[in-house]
Amino acid sequence: MALTLDADTALIRDTAFDFFAKRSPVSALRKLRDDKDALGFSLPLWRQMVELGWAGFLVPEAHGGSDFGCLGLGQVLEAAGRTLAASPLVATALIGASALALAGSAAQKAAHLPALAKGERLVALALEEGPHHAPYRIATAARRAGTGFRLEGEKRLVLDGHVADLLIVAARSSGTADERGGITLFLVPADAAGVARTRSVMVDSRNAALVRLDGVELGEEAVLGRVDAGAEVLDPVLDRARAGLAAEMLGSAAEAFERTVQYLKDRKQFGVPIGSFQALKHRAAAMFCEIELARSAVVAALAALDAGGDEASALASLAKAKAGDALFLVGNEGVQMHGGIGMTDEHEIGFFLKRARVAQASFGDGAFQRDRYAALMGY
Amino acid sequence: MAADAAAFRAEARAWLEANCPPSMRTPMPDDEVVWGGRRASFKNPDSKLWLERMAAKGWTVPTWPRDYGGGGLSDAEARILEEEMRRLNCRSPLQSFGIWMLGPVLLEFGTEAQKAAHLPRIARGEIRWCQGYSEPEAGSDLAGLKTRAVLQGEHFLVNGHKIWTSYANFADWIFCLVRTDPSAKKHEGISFLLIDMDDPGVRTRPIRLISGASPFCETFIENVRVPQENLVGGLNNGWTIAKKLLEHERKMIASIGERQRGAERSLAALAKAYAGERDGRVADAVLRDRIAQHEIDQRAFRLTQRRAAEEAKSGSPGPASAMFKYYGTELNKRKFELLLHCVGTQALGWQGDGFSRDELRIAREWLRSKANSIEGGTSEIQLNIIAKRVLGLPD
Ligand SMILES: Cc1cc2nc3c(=O)[nH]c(=O)nc-3n(C[C@H](O)[C@H](O)[C@H](O)COP(=O)(O)OP(=O)(O)OC[C@H]3O[C@@H](n4cnc5c(N)ncnc54)[C@H](O)[C@@H]3O)c2cc1C
Repeated sequence: MALTLDADTALIRDTAFDFFAKRSPVSALRKLRDDKDALGFSLPLWRQMVELGWAGFLVPEAHGGSDFGCLGLGQVLEAAGRTLAASPLVATALIGASALALAGSAAQKAAHLPALAKGERLVALALEEGPHHAPYRIATAARRAGTGFRLEGEKRLVLDGHVADLLIVAARSSGTADERGGITLFLVPADAAGVARTRSVMVDSRNAALVRLDGVELGEEAVLGRVDAGAEVLDPVLDRARAGLAAEMLGSAAEAFERTVQYLKDRKQFGVPIGSFQALKHRAAAMFCEIELARSAVVAALAALDAGGDEASALASLAKAKAGDALFLVGNEGVQMHGGIGMTDEHEIGFFLKRARVAQASFGDGAFQRDRYAALMGY
Repeated sequence: MAADAAAFRAEARAWLEANCPPSMRTPMPDDEVVWGGRRASFKNPDSKLWLERMAAKGWTVPTWPRDYGGGGLSDAEARILEEEMRRLNCRSPLQSFGIWMLGPVLLEFGTEAQKAAHLPRIARGEIRWCQGYSEPEAGSDLAGLKTRAVLQGEHFLVNGHKIWTSYANFADWIFCLVRTDPSAKKHEGISFLLIDMDDPGVRTRPIRLISGASPFCETFIENVRVPQENLVGGLNNGWTIAKKLLEHERKMIASIGERQRGAERSLAALAKAYAGERDGRVADAVLRDRIAQHEIDQRAFRLTQRRAAEEAKSGSPGPASAMFKYYGTELNKRKFELLLHCVGTQALGWQGDGFSRDELRIAREWLRSKANSIEGGTSEIQLNIIAKRVLGLPD
């Protein structure tokens, strides 16, 4: 398993870096925020991404995708992270496509994947119920009703939840909260009767929603994967989500870091550039190391997911932990090293700090990933 | 390419299985570590056999050219050999400053005669080298060194005082930084000299460390005549070589946590044994988190070393070696702090009853690890190098 990119992947990377830098700079996110844009992302920009094939990177060729893999999509996400670009890449292209491709029945795949790859179907995973990532802590009930099920419960931090066409809902069909068994995944059309969605405005200005399921009636065909065995789908999907989000955070960390280093060279106090002060130099050098480590972890995780070995889960958690910690560090140091200007809304460095916290908490923060890593390693 | 690699792996594995004595596949006690040299002693006769076999194969220095006693392997092949040695728990046959530091710069800067004279003897473990860089007044500010070498006809006359010279009392030769032009700017008047320590003008005095061992010395050089042919890389050109050598040294120290000592118990295993286990997990959640944090960092660090090796176009480590030196040594220090935390007071014994041999080793290794972020250039100096040479921050 190489840790350097092959020519095809390197080309995707270059294309993506160029794309986001030109078409979706940080100012685009600011505009979405200030305009209180209903979608929370730019539809024309999304169409251009779809044209570049990114929506279908995890969709099999038979269903209209390219099956290019996680390492490729990771490059795009890293590039998006550089400019904090808002788009359905994470919720739809990464998570939605993974869930459907890994666990969908023939009919489900045929119904959703081609549309997804064409950018015409937005998907959202409705998983979390509390303020901390806890994939098995699910109280939303799926009760047998006739030949189908009836869902009752409330989901939070549903990425793209208010704009998605299709929700993937994790519900408890048996067992007790916190139990890995007894979870079932359902494909729920967003306009199904009993579904109520409210947008949550988050500190990072990115999409999330509250989804209420109030007696939503579903047939057997809505089950994704097997009844009571939803965790078997959830685990590999969350591995991909973690590694993909790690790639995005790596991009944000690298960008915030480079901006900060540039500021250290430009800003003068006491008649000299502030970057000549050793107290700042050493902290900058330490950040550099953390970003380099995060980069290796992210590449290793993405490559392992594509290779499909049993290392992938541990590496995904490792990457999420390292990239999250790196972005957290750089976000905070970035603001501090910019001084007063770093505290202003007008300056962009604060956007990185805000994104850091939300991305870190999504699909498990450092403590969660470390605990999971330890469990996977047998301690 | 892949087929060649597979063939080489099979060949290396078969050779190691046939030639590595069984006792060389067990964890290496400190007193069986082989450093070679004129006065080499082998507590375990298998160590000698293993060294001779590896040296004959050229595998004490796998990537050096065959002409100089090396194995002529590519970097990729050398990595495979390393992996296979690790798989079989083979001990490293020879520890050597000649291999880690002097050899690489001789290959780059040495004359043909210097290479032919010194490299094969390093490869076979016949000559043990030490490093004469630091002086009482020149540590981090290495270029402030004062040891003088005056050219007199065919010889340099050398006088000076080196300090912290690791294993000088066991070494045969010393590679030394000396001042050859006191009037030039401090970096420009330094030369790199090879000195045979057999000369009665070279004396060493061991110094004891906080760990109780005496692995380094003061080295006094008094009126020692050194033939001109022992000057490496030209007169007053020593700083360039000094820095290159430091890059190799830093790369070596960076992997301090990886040195092959056979199988060791993991932090998690020790935590379970000494601090408690519940449902198959380390019982103390705080300790568990700290262990996982360490193992995650360690693994990400190893991945970064691998990535750097894949990306490197030349064999030269470059300024990034500062990152590896800094991070690797800080990690190793953290590992020992954590080890103490896991093992509790059983790790704090100094000698005698009530502690196993392994337990007694911990406190001393913990103390020794504190030197990692000092020797070969301190952590602060590495951060300076990263800030200046990698990030381009101003002076
Ligand atoms: C176990 C061990 C083995 C060694 N082996 C050898 C050997 O074989 N051969 C050899 O030549 N040397 C050897 N050394 C010496 C080693 O290279 C020096 O100790 C090291 O370079 C630091 O120099 P110093 O001890 O004079 O400390 P100083 O340079 O006095 O440093 C003291 C403190 O000040 C800090 N400091 C100094 N300058 C700066 C700066 N510019 N910015 C910020 N902080 C700074 C340092 O980081 C350190 O924390 C060894 C040292 C040890 C501990």
